[in-house]
Amino acid sequence: MEQTIIVLGGGPAGLAAAIAARSRDKRVLVIGNPIESSALAKAERVDNYPGLPGLTGMELLEKMQTHAKNMGAEFITGRVIAAMSWGDSYALTVGSEVYQCGALVLTPGVVQTAKYPGEERLLGRGVSYCATCDGMLYRGRDVVVVGRTEDAPAEANFLQSIGCKVTYIATKRPESLNESVGYLPLGKLEVTGEDRVDGIVLNGEKYPCDGVFILRKAVAPADLLMGLELDSGAIRVDRSMATNLPGVFAAGDCTGRPYQVAKAVGEGLTAGECAVEYLDSKNQ
Amino acid sequence: MTIHFNKEGFEKALASGQTMLVDFWAGWCGPCKMLAPTIEALGEQYEGKAIVGKIDVDEEQELAIRYGVMSIPTVIFFKGGAEVERKVGVMPAQAYQDVLDKLG
Repeated sequence: MEQTIIVLGGGPAGLAAAIAARSRDKRVLVIGNPIESSALAKAERVDNYPGLPGLTGMELLEKMQTHAKNMGAEFITGRVIAAMSWGDSYALTVGSEVYQCGALVLTPGVVQTAKYPGEERLLGRGVSYCATCDGMLYRGRDVVVVGRTEDAPAEANFLQSIGCKVTYIATKRPESLNESVGYLPLGKLEVTGEDRVDGIVLNGEKYPCDGVFILRKAVAPADLLMGLELDSGAIRVDRSMATNLPGVFAAGDCTGRPYQVAKAVGEGLTAGECAVEYLDSKNQ
Repeated sequence: MTIHFNKEGFEKALASGQTMLVDFWAGWCGPCKMLAPTIEALGEQYEGKAIVGKIDVDEEQELAIRYGVMSIPTVIFFKGGAEVERKVGVMPAQAYQDVLDKLG
């Protein structure tokens, strides 16, 4: 566990970090969303990555992922919902699983940090980011799922299956959503309630409910790791890609512009190597 | 020591009026598993000073409902038989120690 490096995010920066750490024989676990949901996967053509012009974003990603897999990096698909430091290691949870590591490399890309009005104030008081964790506490009650990810319909179906009365809110009704789940189109949204959630206001109309599950692609790093320093919204790093937290490194779009593959890969390599050096110095 | 409370045990401990920390958790919850070693350590550290216990919300739904537990882990502090403070979500050990030290 102490020798493991966890890379949070499977885009170019994360994959470069994984390759760098594997070439120094450290165990590497990459936790991320499916590559199709990476911003780069949507790029029709990438022409400024040295040596490999003309590929689609998806082709480039697949090449990098195959490389990292062939190097022996392990992959877990999922979303990290909580993290904590434990002595000089870190623990992270994905659904009901816990993973531990000696060093952490943050490569989540640009994470949407804007929250809905009422969301932060009522977090843990009816607002939840984890259907697996909190769903059971809402059996027999009305809940709303705000689906901002591809796997959100499955989570809504899960909540419905354990006995919650679910309304799904998204830009359009997903095909994989069970017919018994209600649907409302996403618009201007606010979570309401005094000391606990009593409903939502959607496009000016009030809908009563007890729980609001907000499912985004990722929890923002600063919300995961208490005390992580930012600089104009980006994670503050030094030349070795170290953040202000011991053993935590960051690379790629999350450290700021330019949002380019070559920049992400360079930073990822540095972060991976420095994470290895950090582990080695700790063990001396 | 960390006590795994059922309803009866919890009521008895509550009636004692002592300073008490209770972690509401469940086996399906990753963050709860992550917090478990911290709670165990607090149980050792505050032996004789405070009661440290855990309640499985799956087994003791009535208690979870009574205290309005809406997200786990939720850690509730009691003194004199009443709730005095609660912390929702995973926090560093220091956050719980601060409350326990304050309550005495």
